[in-house]
Amino acid sequence: MRNLASLLFSLGLAFLLLAIAAQLGFGHTPMVVGSRILADAQSDIGAANIVTAVVFGYRGFDTLGELSILFAAATAAGLVLGHRRAGAPDDPQGGLVLSAGADLLFPLLLLVGIYIVIHGHLTPGGGFQGGVILAAAFFVSVIAKPALRLAHGAISVIEGLAGAAFILIGLWALVGDGSFLKPLLGHGVLGQLVSAGTMPLLSSAVGLKVGSELAGLLAHISESEAREP
Amino acid sequence: MMSLSLEAILYTGAIGLVVIGALGLVLSHHLFRMLLSLAVAEAGGNLLVVLAGYRGGAIAPILGYGAPGTPMVDPIPQALVLTAIVIGVGVQALAVAVLVRVYRAYGTLDLRDLVEHMQGDIAKAAGIPRSTSTHAPGGERPLPPVPALVRHQPRGGRS
Amino acid sequence: MTWIALIVVVLVLAAAVAVLALDNLIGAVVASSVVSLGVSVLFVVLLAPDVALTEAAVGAGLSGVVLALGLRRTGLWRLEGDRGGAHPLVPTQGQIGSASGARQGGQADA
Repeated sequence: MRNLASLLFSLGLAFLLLAIAAQLGFGHTPMVVGSRILADAQSDIGAANIVTAVVFGYRGFDTLGELSILFAAATAAGLVLGHRRAGAPDDPQGGLVLSAGADLLFPLLLLVGIYIVIHGHLTPGGGFQGGVILAAAFFVSVIAKPALRLAHGAISVIEGLAGAAFILIGLWALVGDGSFLKPLLGHGVLGQLVSAGTMPLLSSAVGLKVGSELAGLLAHISESEAREP
Repeated sequence: MMSLSLEAILYTGAIGLVVIGALGLVLSHHLFRMLLSLAVAEAGGNLLVVLAGYRGGAIAPILGYGAPGTPMVDPIPQALVLTAIVIGVGVQALAVAVLVRVYRAYGTLDLRDLVEHMQGDIAKAAGIPRSTSTHAPGGERPLPPVPALVRHQPRGGRS
Repeated sequence: MTWIALIVVVLVLAAAVAVLALDNLIGAVVASSVVSLGVSVLFVVLLAPDVALTEAAVGAGLSGVVLALGLRRTGLWRLEGDRGGAHPLVPTQGQIGSASGARQGGQADA
């Protein structure tokens, strides 16, 4: 009976989604707002990557909301998991491949992450992608050598300062120009590293915040208790 | 087979992923598999949103790679999906933390066993006997007894 | 482009079915990472490089690690290096001395 109901539910869901898809007109989207943004992005913001310009410029307030959701999730996970167990450095060490690979990959991942964060306004990339790669860089070394505990205090300080920097840049735009999170400081030359005003600064702040937050969250899950003591 | 357009293939993929994820969420009885099905459904949903912004014969929305007049795909669904993907991983991390805590408290992640344990705990905490019917409320009946119900003896077991 | 999309969509749907059908939970986690990787390739076909980069980094990388860590912490996935008995990774069957033994071992090392 349950399987029949599930089958009917899935058929109904597929039918509803197909009805939406038939109306969309694949390949000929109306793009009412998108065409305006594509036409005006270069003169408004001056970044070559229009998607990053939308995320940090036109919809910067949504990015602030996303940062708060990530912060809430990381804090809630930390609250749910409770205190860290004392035996965490006793975890089995990673094998030869993992240890050697972690030693080799850590500087490379750090470099790639910082590159993607800084060049977010020129090529595909930005704060979130680079932040995830930075979190992976720190976490690979923690998995390979569990005796090296992640410094949770320093991670929390970096996360807090980066989030505060994002909000402070937005408030500076509010005081200086009249709109919260409006890109300031002139556009520069399109395609250069120093261009698009304060947008690379916003992107770097987001990258640092997301990277430290996810690294701290992963380390917290890794060090939590397994059974009731 | 030769008349399969790119549109049909991609829509089949996206809608298929959402439906498989929803089916997994409804049919599975292990909490961890529910979380994995949710991840699959999220991937399908994001693909569906980016599909809505595609424009045929265009280039990616980055300036400086094509001639200045070429049409570009819609950048707004891409910005929304970028946000959605990162939020999805945050929610999955929180769900994993909750699952670890549930396992620590009850020792199992199977939904049917968990329902039994939790109903027993709730009944014990409220001080009422554990009811075996899924329809009758626990505890004393507050209204005057109905003659039709008084005549029938209550049977054990679930309905 | 149509052939690439066709092959990747078939792979993605097969991996999604494998998430539901596999008994081994770590295999299901790997299948969900395969789904994310395939969807990231489809994003490239749809001319969305930013989204493809994010989905590859998050779905195929970080999400898999988070889920595998969750499996490890609940003891549903054990490795050969885990010590039996007094190790906090292996759920013990209510032995009173084992948990305190693990804590003593941890404090002796720190």
